[in-house]
Amino acid sequence: MTKRLAFRNARLIDPASKLDARGGLLIENGKIADVGPRLFNDADPNDPEVIDCKGLVLAPGLIDMRVFTGEPGSEHRETLESASRAAAAGGVTTMVVMPNTDPVIDEPSLVDFIKRRAAATASVRVLPMAALTKNLGGEVMTEIGLLLEAGAVAFTDADRSVANTRVLRRALAYASTFGALVVGHAEDPSLSDGTSMNEGEYAMRLGIPAAPSMAETLMVERDIRLVELTGARYHFGQISCRASLDAIAAAKARGVLVTCAVSAHHLALNELDVGSYYTFRKVKPPLRSEDDRAAMNEGVANGTIDVIVSSHDPQAADTKRQPFAQAAFGAVGLETLLPAALGVHHDGADLSLVLAALTSTPARILGIEGGRLAKGAPADVILFDPGEPFVVEAEKLHSRAKNTAFEGRKFQGRVRQTYVGGACVFDASKERNA
Amino acid sequence: MTAPSSLAPILQTGHLLGIEAVSPAEISALLDLAETYVTLNRAADKKTATLRGRTLINLFFEASTRTQSSFELAGKRLGADVLNMSVKTSSVSKGETLVDTATTLNAMRPDILVVRHQDSGAAELLSRKLDCCVVNAGDGSHEHPTQALLDALTIRRHRGGFEGLLVAICGDVLHSRVARSNIHLLAKMGARVRLIAPRTLLPATAERFGVEIFHDMHEGLKGVDIVMMLRLQLERMAGAFVPSTREYFHFYGLDREKLKHAKPGALVMHPGPMNRGVEIDSEVADDVEVSLIQEQVEMGVAIRMAVLDALARGLPREGSNK
Repeated sequence: MTKRLAFRNARLIDPASKLDARGGLLIENGKIADVGPRLFNDADPNDPEVIDCKGLVLAPGLIDMRVFTGEPGSEHRETLESASRAAAAGGVTTMVVMPNTDPVIDEPSLVDFIKRRAAATASVRVLPMAALTKNLGGEVMTEIGLLLEAGAVAFTDADRSVANTRVLRRALAYASTFGALVVGHAEDPSLSDGTSMNEGEYAMRLGIPAAPSMAETLMVERDIRLVELTGARYHFGQISCRASLDAIAAAKARGVLVTCAVSAHHLALNELDVGSYYTFRKVKPPLRSEDDRAAMNEGVANGTIDVIVSSHDPQAADTKRQPFAQAAFGAVGLETLLPAALGVHHDGADLSLVLAALTSTPARILGIEGGRLAKGAPADVILFDPGEPFVVEAEKLHSRAKNTAFEGRKFQGRVRQTYVGGACVFDASKERNA
Repeated sequence: MTAPSSLAPILQTGHLLGIEAVSPAEISALLDLAETYVTLNRAADKKTATLRGRTLINLFFEASTRTQSSFELAGKRLGADVLNMSVKTSSVSKGETLVDTATTLNAMRPDILVVRHQDSGAAELLSRKLDCCVVNAGDGSHEHPTQALLDALTIRRHRGGFEGLLVAICGDVLHSRVARSNIHLLAKMGARVRLIAPRTLLPATAERFGVEIFHDMHEGLKGVDIVMMLRLQLERMAGAFVPSTREYFHFYGLDREKLKHAKPGALVMHPGPMNRGVEIDSEVADDVEVSLIQEQVEMGVAIRMAVLDALARGLPREGSNK
């Protein structure tokens, strides 16, 4: 039996085809069967289930390229299942999960484990990244070819830079043999180890050990040179300061094929938000200056920054309720990704441009289907109101860990419904404490 | 009914976490109160009943001789029951977090908790989790407010006030909580502050404290009324921040020759413990004509009595069954 679901009276936004118009969309057997401005305009479709979108935005589901979970190894923080519920509530239909679990995802069988656990428990799509070096040690490259065959979507040492330039050079050259995507973390460990904040007046006043933002830029510049040398497919998992942005803009201008992302935290917060040692705002890389934050917003608006990620990193109370220097890095973010990213739109950028950084562009970088409203594409779609105001309340988050950096923050833009493969995985109107 | 003005609360926040949040009026009031305890401490009977029935816990995560004994003596002379707890860092790494330790102590219903911890913000964290008054006895590289207050009391007794005074703080400003607290206090009270150190021992943004920066002792000490030396933490210095202690002493150690560049009659301070022959020459440190180092220790007890007294005034008079 064919399962059909029709949406009418929506504001369709498909960044891939530059569509932004009133119209309808038809889902059939988990795929988008039809979409367009004229669809269902005059008459109701002859289908059992029709959703009147009342002018809300219907867009491709979000693809979050940077999600940490605790599975395997730290399930008390977050499982694939609990992360996927948070993802669904945030409109994220595909989570790309990081390999720095326990054990580290550096074996083909572990890639397979993630895929099977996700298929059995998660309500959104889960794509595993594998480690670039064995045990994230930065010394021995992993079996990139076999891991690719097992289903690893990219290779990364998660929140660590490969400090040894020769190791990285070889790993990039080898990865490029297979056309594998490498996702880098830019932070020079010899400058940043043992530090917890961005170097500057505020860290000085708090007496917190700090590293200059240059710790990131040095690695961005090094990695760009290595990409030019090796021809690898390379994506900076996260950048956070203006100088890094300038370095990437210059590289792009001379034709180097690198891409980069920024986290929602670095779009919406700066170093002063650390306040009085607020550990939920201890993230990696650290929150930067206001000028850097503004640069990140400009970078999204002018397209130099390709992707926006949540950098969702669940931490339990025991690792966060600590003196700042001892507290773990990371904040949850799947459920606040869209509203935080929409800040760029509310500041003047085109809505379609912001959504591209959350949908079609990550899909293109990863080389996956999805991220677009097109006939035959997977029916991963979200319905949201870009203007709906709300206040973030940690207790209402779906994530197992509640360490949001945005507690009490007023945002605009909230997901109403999330569909993965045509199935509704989140409906705000059915939430207990909506 | 209003309380007698002499017993009005001084520290409005109910804690002493850092000088940055204390007003000039509060600083003056604390110094005035401390003067009365200087007198008391020189009497034969040094005991009062100000804190009778109150419990004071000294929770020290870092070794300390003078600060801990100073707080202990202050509490005892005010009539409080004093419990000293030295927690080795290892017991925290055994699994109990700082907040767990504090919650356990909280259940013993102390009135005032004095805490020293190796991490910046530790005292602030405890003040949010506990019901009692928290006094920061040094947190990481953040603040050491009672040290700055005792330094201020010492200065005021010799110079009468702070307005227009030129104070040089010399040495490892980067890691120093004493320097941060003193910078805040001296600036609030109208003194001018200079920092003198090699670039490796200064925060890159040090001028944002509103101070003058010098890298040369001869230049920096010109016209200075007070020279505050900081302790060089030898264990983490060698080869990393300065090449050697002898090179450090040559350029930044305070000896008679360098002191000659300061204003005639300039006074020398050091929070202790001193590294003789590293940051300060014994000839200067032991010269009673210029060195205030012993007096600083005496003022330390008086200032801590004043702080404990001030905080106790804000404590509820009646018990609770919470």
